[in-house]
Amino acid sequence: MEIKQTAMAGTLESSDIQIILRAGTNGYEFELESDVAKQFGDQIKATITNVLQAYAIENAQISVVDKGALDLVIKARALTAVQRALAIVDTPNWEVM
Amino acid sequence: MANSKERLRRTMMFVPGNNPAMIKDAGIFGADSIMFDLEDAVSMAEKDAARYLVYEAITTIDYGTAELVVRINGLDTPYYQNDIKAMVKAGIDVIRLPKAETAEMIHELEALVAAAEVEFGREVGSTNLMAAIESAKGVVNANEIAAASPRMIGIALSAEDYTTDMKTHRYPDGQELLYARNVILHAARAAGIAAFDTVFTNMDDEAGFYRETELIHQLGFDGKSLVNPRQVAMVNKVYQPTEKEIRNAQQVILAIEQARIKGSGVISLNGQMVDRPVVLRAERVMRLAKANNLVDAEGEYIGK
Amino acid sequence: MENKVNRNIPDEILASYDYQPFTSTDIEGMPVERVLPTFKATTGSNKLVDSLADLVNKTVRDGMTISFHHHFREGDYVFNKVMRIIIDNGYQNLTLAPSSLTNVMNDIVVEAIEKGVVTNITSSGMRGTLGDAVSHGALANPVIFRSHGNRARAIETGAIKIDVAFLGVPNADEMGNANGMDGDSAFGSLGYALMDAQYAQTVVLITDTLKPYPNTPASIKQTQVDYVVKVDAVGDPEKIGSGATRFTKDPKELKIAEMVNNVITHSPYFKDGFSFQTGTGGAALAVTRFLRQAMLDNQIKASFALGGITKPTVDLLEEGLIGRLMDVQDFDKGAAESMHKNRNQQEIDASWYADAANKGAMVDKLDVVILSALEIDTKFNVNVMSGSDGVIRGAIGGHQDAATAKLTIISAPLVRGRIATVVRDVTTVVTPGESIDVLVTEVGIAINPLRQDLLAALSNVPGVPVFTIDELQQMAEKKVGTPKPLEFTDRVVALIEYRDGTIMDVIREVKD
Repeated sequence: MEIKQTAMAGTLESSDIQIILRAGTNGYEFELESDVAKQFGDQIKATITNVLQAYAIENAQISVVDKGALDLVIKARALTAVQRALAIVDTPNWEVM
Repeated sequence: MANSKERLRRTMMFVPGNNPAMIKDAGIFGADSIMFDLEDAVSMAEKDAARYLVYEAITTIDYGTAELVVRINGLDTPYYQNDIKAMVKAGIDVIRLPKAETAEMIHELEALVAAAEVEFGREVGSTNLMAAIESAKGVVNANEIAAASPRMIGIALSAEDYTTDMKTHRYPDGQELLYARNVILHAARAAGIAAFDTVFTNMDDEAGFYRETELIHQLGFDGKSLVNPRQVAMVNKVYQPTEKEIRNAQQVILAIEQARIKGSGVISLNGQMVDRPVVLRAERVMRLAKANNLVDAEGEYIGK
Repeated sequence: MENKVNRNIPDEILASYDYQPFTSTDIEGMPVERVLPTFKATTGSNKLVDSLADLVNKTVRDGMTISFHHHFREGDYVFNKVMRIIIDNGYQNLTLAPSSLTNVMNDIVVEAIEKGVVTNITSSGMRGTLGDAVSHGALANPVIFRSHGNRARAIETGAIKIDVAFLGVPNADEMGNANGMDGDSAFGSLGYALMDAQYAQTVVLITDTLKPYPNTPASIKQTQVDYVVKVDAVGDPEKIGSGATRFTKDPKELKIAEMVNNVITHSPYFKDGFSFQTGTGGAALAVTRFLRQAMLDNQIKASFALGGITKPTVDLLEEGLIGRLMDVQDFDKGAAESMHKNRNQQEIDASWYADAANKGAMVDKLDVVILSALEIDTKFNVNVMSGSDGVIRGAIGGHQDAATAKLTIISAPLVRGRIATVVRDVTTVVTPGESIDVLVTEVGIAINPLRQDLLAALSNVPGVPVFTIDELQQMAEKKVGTPKPLEFTDRVVALIEYRDGTIMDVIREVKD
C-alpha cells in the first residue's frame, strides 16, 4: 500500500505519542525523540513497524515524538495514523486490529 | 465480566476516550464501572483516534473486576456504526447510548450490536446495553426504553442536556430533577435494571456532592455517574452500610442458613418471620459491606 | 569486592579512599574521633569587609576546600557571586563541599569544572546540566554523595575539612551574629549551615541586611565568624520556597497519600506521643492533611515532627496536634516565618537531626517517616540518585538517615510514564532495603519480609491490598514492558556513601 497523504496521530501530552507518517521511497525511515529512547527506542519502532506491515505499507517516513507512551497507546496511535494516511478512516480494516 | 442483576453499580466513572494518561490509570480507583467516553469528551477530529485507543485499552489493560462501559457517539452521527463495531470486537461489557428517546433507538442499536457480534465471532447477546436519558421525550418514554431489550442493564439520567431541554438549569437543591429522577428510577425498577444518577461537576463543592449523593441514595438509585476519580470514595462512603445494618444482615443470613439446615421453609429471627424483602435487603447490605472492605473473607465485621 | 547490598565496588576505589564496604545499618558503638579547626583568636570590634572580591583573594588558595549551604534553594545569589570571583581569579583544584547543589548553581559549577577550578565535589545531590556533565565524565575525580547526616559526620571527623565557608544569611550584625528568620530572603532554619559555621577554618558571612549589634536570636554566633560582607541581595525571595505548597488534586497522588495514611494509622506506632517526618511536594502535603484528620478522629497527638518543615505541618503545631517542630530546614515562607512566633519550633543542626556519629540524633527517636524513590527493587533497596537513563539527577538529602525510623514508608507510583519504579535491581543503591519497611503504590502495598510484625498488623486493612514486592515488580513490568539494560563504561564518576561513611555503591559514566 502507498501512503496517500501525510497524516498525524497522537498528542504531546504525557503518556501519549505523536506519530507523523509521510510517503517514503526507502523502506521505513524513523526519526524518534523520546526520554526513554535508551531503554525502549527499539520497542517503540518495532510496535509501529508491525502496524505498518499489517497494512502492507512498504515505504514511509515516520517521525515520532514519544512522551512515555505504553505499548497499547503506541499501537493505537500507529493504527490511527496509518488509516488517516491511507484515507480509510471511515472504512477501517477490522482484520488488522 | 458476566452481567448480574445483583452487581453493585455505585460508581460509573467517566474516562475521556482520547486521554492515554487517564485511560491507563482508570482501574486503580475502585470504580464499580468504568465508562470510556467516545462522545462529548472527544473532538470531531479525534473520533477515530479515541476509538482505537479505547479498543487497545480494553483488549490490553487488566481493569480487574470493574464493569467496562463505553459511551458511543449518537446514532445521528457518522461515528455511530464504527464505534459499535470496534467496541463489540473489543469485547466491551456494556454499550451506553447517549440521548435515548425511544425504544426504537434501542432496537436499532441492538440489531447493529448483534450483527457485529456475528461478524467478529462474539457470542450473540454477550454485549449489554444501557441508555442515557437526556431530554423530556426520553423521560416520557423511559418505561419503554428501559424494557426495550433483554440486553438492557440500566438507564441513566444526564442532567445537563435534560435541564436545557426543560428550559431550566441545575440548582443546588435538585428540585428541577425530582420528576425525571423518579421516573427513571421507576422505569428501571419496573424493568428490573439499574438506575444511575447524573454527574456532579463542581469538584470544589464537596458538601454539595454529598448532599446530592445522599438524596439519590435515599431515593433508591444504584449509583451515580462520576467525572473525577476522587468522587469514587465519596459515593462509596454514602452507600456504606452502618455497623448495625451489617450485624443485622449477618443475623438474617444466619437465620436463612439455619432454616436451610432444618429444611424449614419458614425463616425466623428472634421469633419474627423474616420475609423476602428483608432477605434481599440483607444480601445487598452484605454485598455493600464486602465492597467497602467492612467484612473479611469469613464475613466478620472489621470496620473500626 | 561485593558489599552487603551486592554492589561491586572496584578495589582501587576501596584502596584510594580507604573505604570499608557497607555491611549493616546498625552502627551502635562506632568509634568516633572529631577534628576541630585551628585558627587565630580575634578580638577586634568589627568584622565588616567592603569587598567580597578582596575577601576571596585573602582567604582562598589553590587546592582548598570551600563550602556553601543550599537553604536559599533555587533563589540563591551567594553561590554564583562567590564562584564567579573564584573562576575569574583562576584558582585551580578546589574541592566544592556544599550541603547540596540546586539547579541555579549548575551552569557555574560546570564552567568551574571545565576550567579546572573545581576538581572534587561532595554534595547531597545534583541535577540538570551538572548531573549530566558529571555522568558523562566531566569531573576529574568522582563526586562523593553524602546524606545530610553523613555530611555532618564527615565534617566532624575531618573527612570533609572545610577551609573557607561562604555562608549567605538574610541578616547579620557586624560581628557575625545571624539567623535565617528575618530579612527579605528569610528561609527559616539554618540547620545545614550551622555545621560549616562550627567546623570551617574560616567562616565568611554574606548578607544583604545589616542589623544593629547584638542581633538576636543568633543561630550563627560571632564566636564562629571571621568576616561579614554586605552585598545588594543574597537571594530571590520568590524562588526560595521549594516544591508544591498546595494540596495535590492529582487523583493518583491522593490515592497513594490515602493509602500511606492508612498504613500509618493501622501501624502499632500510631499512638499518642508518636513522631513523624514527611517531605515536601503535593503528595506529602496530602498525607499531612489525611494524618491531621486521623489524629483528630482518634484523639492522638504527635510529640514532634522532624526534618524539612512546611506550612501545613506548622498548622498542625498551631492546632495543638504536634508538640514540637524540629526544623533542619524550612521548605516554604510560612514555615520560615513562624519560627519566630512559635517557641515550640526548634532550629536543629544537621548533626542533631541525623548524624550517625554523635551521641544520639533525632532520627533515632523517629517513629514514622514517608520518603520517596526514583526506583525501589525487590530487595527494597532504594535509588534517589540516578534517573532511568543512568544520569545523576537527585539527592540523598536525609533519605538514609530518616530511613532508620521505626516505620519507614516509601511512597511512589508503580510506574512513571513508561518507566517502572518497582524494579528487579535499582540502578544505584542509596538506601539499603534493610531500612525500608513498607512500599506504598497506587495499586497496593508491599511489606519488607523482615517485618513480619507489620505484615500481621497491615494484612487486613480496608482499602489497602497487600502484595509481595515481587508481585508489584511484575505488575510494573507487565505495564511498561522490559527495558533494554543501560550501558555504562568502567569509569567511576560518583560514590555513594552510607551515613556511617562506608561505601554503598558507585555510579559509572554513561555510554551514549
